[in-house]
Amino acid sequence: MTGPFRNASGGLIDRSRTISFTFDGRRLEGHPGDTLASALLANGVTLMGRSFKYHRPRGVLGAGVEEPNALVGVGTGGRFEPNTRATDLFLYEGLTALSQNRWPSLALDAGAVTQAIAPFIPAGFYYKTFFGGPKRWAFYERFIRRAAGLGNPPTSPEADTFDHRAAFCDVLVVGAGPAGLTAAQAAALAGARVILAEQDGRLGGGLLRDPALIEGEDGLAWADGIATLVRERSGRVLTRTTAAGFYDHGLVNLVERRIEAGQAPASGIAQRIWHVRAKRVVLAQGAIERPLLFAGNDRPGVMLASAARTYAARYGVRPGRRAVVAGCDDHVYLTALALADAGVEIAAVLDTRGKVFGALAETAIDRFPCHLNAAIVTARGGQAVRGATAEIGGRALALDCDLIAMSGGQTPLVHLHMQAGGGLDWDEASGAFNPTAPRQNQENAGAGAGVHGLARALEGGRRAGEAAAGLAGLGSPGRSPSRSPSPRGGGETPVQLSPPLGGSTAEGREGGRPAPASPGVAYDLPAGANPKTAFIDFQNDVTAADVDLAWREGYRSVEHLKRYTTLGMASDQGKTSNLVGLARMASALGKSPPEVGLTTFRPPFTPVTFGALAGAAVGDHVAPNRRLALHAAHEEAGAVWQPSGYWRRPRSYPRPGEPLADAALREARQVRQTVGMADVSTLAKFEIAGPDAGAFLELICATGVARLAVGRGRYTIMLREDGIVADDGTVWRLAENRFLLTSSTGGADSMAAHLSYVRRVLAPGLRVMATTVQERWAGIAVAGPRARDMLVELTGEAPSHMSLSRAKLAGEAVLLLGASYSGERAFEVYAPSHAAGPVWRALAQGIAVAGGGPYGLDAMDLLRIEKGHIVTGAEVDGRMSPHDLGLSKMLRKRGYVGWAALQRPDFEHPDRLRLVGLEAVEGMLPEGAMILPADGAPPEGHVSSAGRRVLGEGAIGLGLVKAGPDRLGEELVVSSPTRELHGRVRLTAPVFHDPEGARYRD
Amino acid sequence: MMLIACPHCGPRAHVEFSYERPMDAILPLDATPQDAARILYQRDNPRGFSDELWRHTHGCRAWLRLTRHTATHQIAAVIPWPPG
Repeated sequence: MTGPFRNASGGLIDRSRTISFTFDGRRLEGHPGDTLASALLANGVTLMGRSFKYHRPRGVLGAGVEEPNALVGVGTGGRFEPNTRATDLFLYEGLTALSQNRWPSLALDAGAVTQAIAPFIPAGFYYKTFFGGPKRWAFYERFIRRAAGLGNPPTSPEADTFDHRAAFCDVLVVGAGPAGLTAAQAAALAGARVILAEQDGRLGGGLLRDPALIEGEDGLAWADGIATLVRERSGRVLTRTTAAGFYDHGLVNLVERRIEAGQAPASGIAQRIWHVRAKRVVLAQGAIERPLLFAGNDRPGVMLASAARTYAARYGVRPGRRAVVAGCDDHVYLTALALADAGVEIAAVLDTRGKVFGALAETAIDRFPCHLNAAIVTARGGQAVRGATAEIGGRALALDCDLIAMSGGQTPLVHLHMQAGGGLDWDEASGAFNPTAPRQNQENAGAGAGVHGLARALEGGRRAGEAAAGLAGLGSPGRSPSRSPSPRGGGETPVQLSPPLGGSTAEGREGGRPAPASPGVAYDLPAGANPKTAFIDFQNDVTAADVDLAWREGYRSVEHLKRYTTLGMASDQGKTSNLVGLARMASALGKSPPEVGLTTFRPPFTPVTFGALAGAAVGDHVAPNRRLALHAAHEEAGAVWQPSGYWRRPRSYPRPGEPLADAALREARQVRQTVGMADVSTLAKFEIAGPDAGAFLELICATGVARLAVGRGRYTIMLREDGIVADDGTVWRLAENRFLLTSSTGGADSMAAHLSYVRRVLAPGLRVMATTVQERWAGIAVAGPRARDMLVELTGEAPSHMSLSRAKLAGEAVLLLGASYSGERAFEVYAPSHAAGPVWRALAQGIAVAGGGPYGLDAMDLLRIEKGHIVTGAEVDGRMSPHDLGLSKMLRKRGYVGWAALQRPDFEHPDRLRLVGLEAVEGMLPEGAMILPADGAPPEGHVSSAGRRVLGEGAIGLGLVKAGPDRLGEELVVSSPTRELHGRVRLTAPVFHDPEGARYRD
Repeated sequence: MMLIACPHCGPRAHVEFSYERPMDAILPLDATPQDAARILYQRDNPRGFSDELWRHTHGCRAWLRLTRHTATHQIAAVIPWPPG
């Protein structure tokens, strides 16, 4: 038997096998079916954590995903997961767990000294402290960083793999408690394809802690039967699968955990996210119990009544030796009976109500010391509860106990309903919000819909499942056959199990206890209880006093309450605390909770590990890899690669041991002196064809186009609708009604969308087709004084500058454009991509003979900066008009996209940044640096491109400076404080090489 | 994530589409400079149904006009644009 608090029998665990695990280095044993929390309790371990701010000793509060206290780091290496709830972690062999937020140990935590200064660190204290300048902040930061945060991150890369999957169904049922099960059953019987998702390891929901007979059958066996039915009807049943978020139009994300946190999968993925698009969704996620407010309600040994029953009934564990049970409805009697059945001594049952009825209460009152008008004021104890002081009708009563089971009411889980845009109704009787008015194709059922009691949950679920199937277009919404229980007498009513007590009950079943009536509400802190140790948000250490403080300081909105106190902001997202805090604020305001309102419910419902969100999109699969047609040729030539969007382009081709900067300069010099070749395949290329092709291009381009002669080309710019330069490129007339348009690599997709927009939306009457041919043609630039002779040698001809011709090269038909980006006489050779290799090789041979070689992006940049060519991304930065870039002379008078907005008077403002050249006078000329009139003065521009003279010496660049062209010759300061680089520059005309274009003439 | 019923392709997840602009932000080619300033910069942002220009970029690539409620994401109509 494992542990002094394990019962010899009872529970859903498998006592025939044991599982070894460690907690804080201590080796312990549990059984299959245990959670870490139940196994620890069985072993008598009640201290499981230290609270976030005050480092108060904490044990488990709950038994499920609502747990705020027992957070552990589990696993090792790439499987380590911090902040894992010990109540939501099923044991596996070798599980290694560490408690958090304590040093050196859980029992002896140095952080506990913060309790001594607790009066100085209430909610929001950091808004009133830590004053001082940057240097003092650097000092504070060291302590704040160590104190902040909860849990430690893993320090190795993720060891497991994950997956995403799309699924479609008629009815998605969230939650496999009684209501969800009858909903799934009814929908499946009506012919719907059902997906049933349950976050627990097994089906049953509340049946797992409050056993019942349903249709004469054990509730859990009945549940398994429904799972079989769903599967037989082409449905899917997923356990350990949480519905994390409910999005638009019936999309629900399910997170399926195929292994536990920290566990190595036997094979395959660790977790999977299902993107389920359902025609109808049935939400049956149930309700969560609220804690009571009293001083010391956070001591280890104080837990929710439902949790105490869970440990007893599901895990066969006595959560303590002697219990006080306190609450506001029949759950206290149910809990006392269940705990007594498990061997726990009941010191007292405290009920806040003045009057009780029913067999359940009567049975309990017969057996245990029960008190009405009673509440706990203070729990005594430090690292474990030792007793409680109760207030009973005005008298005080001291009780000894090591377990307090509390029930402050039930809160329906409305998270998914609210994410889906639904509405809420306040139910005064239960003191909670019930879902109402769904906005999507959705039904709500069971305790999660505010429907309490087993029989009503079963019936409500059945109706919801039938309705969902009917509205999804299946079957006839009518009664399902006899398998479901009938609601009125004569049929079999579900029965809450207990060992036979003898005596009859109101519902007429021997040995049965009726389920508790509608839950009560107990939000008040009893008089005499210290609000500073009455915890509301256990995880973030927010007390009743903190809510009072927020109110005193003038915060009235629930949104301010949340952010000022951090109530509901921890990883449990306020599951046990939001409503308690809201009720206290409401009573301070003299309003009712619905008047105060709730904060927004956001996915995920429970924490999701990043790996699951990434799915398979990791490593090489993060983004598509666009490969150049000539990739292999570049690899062979020793290219160093530069990511450029999804492309990878050659940055340069260094010789063995050659630094990149040297290689780039060598390549650029080669272009100036002999000849070089570069891959320009990634440029956007469009074929524009049709009788109105010219007219269309004159909408897109702000320069002349329509009067280009066949066989000629020109540089052109394209504006956005607001008059700003979007991109630049070239346009070539291939035939009377056919043009080739080129533009920048980075803007290719935008330009394609823009062409389509103008053609289809703005000018649908034009007879023109625009096709992207970016990947159809590979492009190779050949540039340098020897380029022309080389091409004539290889193909027999070469077009003049800004003309085109067609030729044959390496057996392929190629297009030759007389275009230059480098400032030398140059050509662009366009070959079909599939035949690019032989064309490149032929050119490479010719180049080698002519004394040249390949050049990459770095050299290209040096060359174009020296020539003064602007580039999209540097000078064309989304803020520059054609006037700012010195391109006014090439604009047409009107009729292009952007013309109307370009008339805005502000485009002539003298202070606009405008293009200039920069020549380094002294020091550095760093790209991106600010340009200032003097040290410490406000900037008047920046360095948009930085390079150096290719054949000469000295740093040069291009810049955008206020009124730049009017200030040529001025010397200004260049400064990059973050990189600590400074210098002085002189403003010049933006061209440093061959301003007259003599190099282009043959 | 919304489901958008493309008139050509049927209901598809909205990642396949690109939102382009509200219909009243389409600047006609013959707009005057005053029109341009108004349409580009003086815009309303109403809560409620709004006509929007979208494109089925990763599908049939058609331009579409959606009528969508900006708060609830209910999509009332989807037609090709220009119509006919």
